[in-house]
Amino acid sequence: MKSLTKNDLTLLVAVAFLTLFAPFILNPFPEGSAMAQFNAGYPDLMQRFVIFGIFAIGFNILFGLTGYLSFGHAAFLGVGSYAAVWMFKLLSMNVIPAIILSVIVAGLFSLLIGFVSLRRSGIYFSILTLAFAQMMFALAYSVLTPITGGETGLQLALDDPRILGSSQTPEGNIPVPGLFGMEMRDSFDLELGSWVFTFNIGYYFCALVLIASFYLAIRIFRSPFGMMLRAVKSNQQRMNYTGLNTRPYTLAAFVISGMYAGLAGGLMASMDPLAGAERMQWTASGEVVLMTILGGAGTLIGPVLGAGFIKYFENIFSKINATILHEWFAFLPDGLEDFIVAILYPFIGKGWHLTLGILFMMVVIFLPGGLVEGGQRIRSWLQARKSKNGRPNGTTEPAE
Amino acid sequence: MSKTDVSRRGLLKTGALAGSGLALPTIFTAQSAHAYTNEPTGSSVTLGFNVPQTGPYADEGADELRAYQLAIEHLNGGGDGGMLNTFSSKALQGNGILGKEVKYVTGDTQTKSDAARASAKSMIEKDGAVMITGGSSSGVAVAVQALCQEAGVIFMAGLTHSNDTTGKDKRANGFRHFFNSYMSGAALAPVLANAYGKDRKAYHLTADYNWGYTTEEAVRSSTEAMGWETVAAVKTPLTQTDFSSYIAPVLQSGADTLILNHYGGNMVNSLTNAVQFGLRDKQVNGKDFQIVVPLYSRLMAKGAGANVKGIFGSTNWHWSLQDEGSKAFVRSFGTKYGFPPSQAAHTCYVQTLLYADAVQRAGSFAPCAVAEALEGYEFDGLGNGKTLYRAEDHQCFKDVLVVKGKENPTSEFDLLEIVEVTPVEQVTYAPDHPQFSGGALGTCNNGA
Repeated sequence: MKSLTKNDLTLLVAVAFLTLFAPFILNPFPEGSAMAQFNAGYPDLMQRFVIFGIFAIGFNILFGLTGYLSFGHAAFLGVGSYAAVWMFKLLSMNVIPAIILSVIVAGLFSLLIGFVSLRRSGIYFSILTLAFAQMMFALAYSVLTPITGGETGLQLALDDPRILGSSQTPEGNIPVPGLFGMEMRDSFDLELGSWVFTFNIGYYFCALVLIASFYLAIRIFRSPFGMMLRAVKSNQQRMNYTGLNTRPYTLAAFVISGMYAGLAGGLMASMDPLAGAERMQWTASGEVVLMTILGGAGTLIGPVLGAGFIKYFENIFSKINATILHEWFAFLPDGLEDFIVAILYPFIGKGWHLTLGILFMMVVIFLPGGLVEGGQRIRSWLQARKSKNGRPNGTTEPAE
Repeated sequence: MSKTDVSRRGLLKTGALAGSGLALPTIFTAQSAHAYTNEPTGSSVTLGFNVPQTGPYADEGADELRAYQLAIEHLNGGGDGGMLNTFSSKALQGNGILGKEVKYVTGDTQTKSDAARASAKSMIEKDGAVMITGGSSSGVAVAVQALCQEAGVIFMAGLTHSNDTTGKDKRANGFRHFFNSYMSGAALAPVLANAYGKDRKAYHLTADYNWGYTTEEAVRSSTEAMGWETVAAVKTPLTQTDFSSYIAPVLQSGADTLILNHYGGNMVNSLTNAVQFGLRDKQVNGKDFQIVVPLYSRLMAKGAGANVKGIFGSTNWHWSLQDEGSKAFVRSFGTKYGFPPSQAAHTCYVQTLLYADAVQRAGSFAPCAVAEALEGYEFDGLGNGKTLYRAEDHQCFKDVLVVKGKENPTSEFDLLEIVEVTPVEQVTYAPDHPQFSGGALGTCNNGA
């Protein structure tokens, strides 16, 4: 087994650092201050960051490497969630079997859908996957209501069998998902001065899975298999003419990314034991495409950044309402305050889609490589400046 | 690679740091200081208003939010007090709840259970809300209710009409003031029998999801008990916008009544299609063809325009009611916003007052204490007459309104007229009624 190159290792360590210290990084503002609105360090959102990060990493293995744009990836996420919740209902509240089953089930579904869809490429492939996903959504929403819970979603109940666990806790409640006795929703608060940092078991579980998935993605990117996938992206026809059958490679990539989606779905259900059909809707599939492109398709870290970006907007910006805006600008004269609030209002609260859309457009127009390209540009700009400033007269001056 | 060594050490260091970071807080943990989730310790208490601000029910969500803001104003002693003056319980003083100023946070459910749960979770985990309320669909209500049960906060359901919310999916921490499918059926059937006779043949078009199923079942069983016959019940996809292909077979079936178990945009479209097909001018079996819509809302009536004229349906509450509570609410809502409130606004306003009152009477925000104060509680003066919060399933029992599309509306809000106020006895059912079977309340959860 070859070890990682220095760059990849730095990247992995950076991701590990960011995820493990997320409770600090995401809560930069003290509790109770006006800026606390922008804190994102609460368990649910942190979990979402890493879960959608995993989802996007998996999607990127397909889209970023082979260029096959799947518009139905949320279907695998949904299937994974349903599998996990059924495991909670029937077997036990331990998350391990649930997640294993969700990965397997998502893998089977992606094998089936991939086998059919990969007969076509380009837009036809996208439409096929979209059609399959919408079909699965429609089935889950109504026809399969006994299995999926339909509109209400699949939920746990007090009278579920749970063969290896208990149907209900001694207090008469539904048990919560856990890992050998550690409950996923348990958290510890650390108060430092006026800052409060929350450490959640479920989050750290997801974070470890993210680091592992990220490592696996690096290996896939750097492997001969990954090279083959990139070759498919650059010129599939030429590969076919050389007598190479690319279908097995693309199918493998499709199944792997489907399994990633299933893993994300299983984790989602483990953090919050409910599976709803909306998870499979085309908007959810479109979201992961946005995440990947926003962050930088084909790069390793890009999709994770994109996922974090979109989830931040969805959860933080959507909660700013007019009252909060008025509070912020209360120091201004009344007329001006109302004017500024009126201008900003369409972009916050329910208008978060608008803000995100504008940002997305700017990224696509000015940074076609996504946020990662933005980072690279800033770095090269800094380096250029340093090298220019660094030796104006060739000697190093001591700082004064 | 020679660099691997150093970085591995770096990794180990990171791991050790993270480990100590994890272990440290167990010493300083503040969790045990709280007796229940989000115990309010300061001078204020936060409630979470989780309503659809985008998506198909955004209009209803906006009206719910208006009602919540009004309720907060009244609870904190502002405005004219609204229904606080007519409410039979006088525990609330207009100085907040238990002397704490009431604050609120809002979130967007997007009418998706996932988004609704995410938003409710952030209210509980980030903003410290002790109670979550709102929503305009049963799927969301059931999902958020289960979440609140897990997290140990109270859920006061907004607009949710499916039997399941207080039937198979009921939870000890969840409470519903709104009426349900069974009540609609039970209230509508006698009125329909009076108006249209007892030997009708009904054809159901049902939206293909949980609410549609329970409504169809409820209307079907109560009309069949009156002597009606059900010719067919056809499910329509929720995303359907053109119902012509579903309407055409209705006439061939020999049915003389069409029942549209649709809500929101579905109902607007299916009713419009049915009227355009001229169903209402037809004669079948020697009777005029009729259309019935089991659940009405003002926004739907507005969307369907002139097509609703003369069509029967049911609602939870209507602003034209003349009791003191309704008048007080319509007055303060109208003064603040310039138009009358919808039934969604009413139920949300009432739920907030009921929660606040229960806390005040219980003397604690602890969910179990609040639940105990609400269970079996009888009250009056909140617009629906004498009402009981039944302990067995946390459903409110009150009079139900049977309404009809108004022939000569005087304004865009005056679209429905009340045909009958069905007394509560007629819509009451046993807690173990087959349409509500299969669930268990469980025990209330205080969280930690």
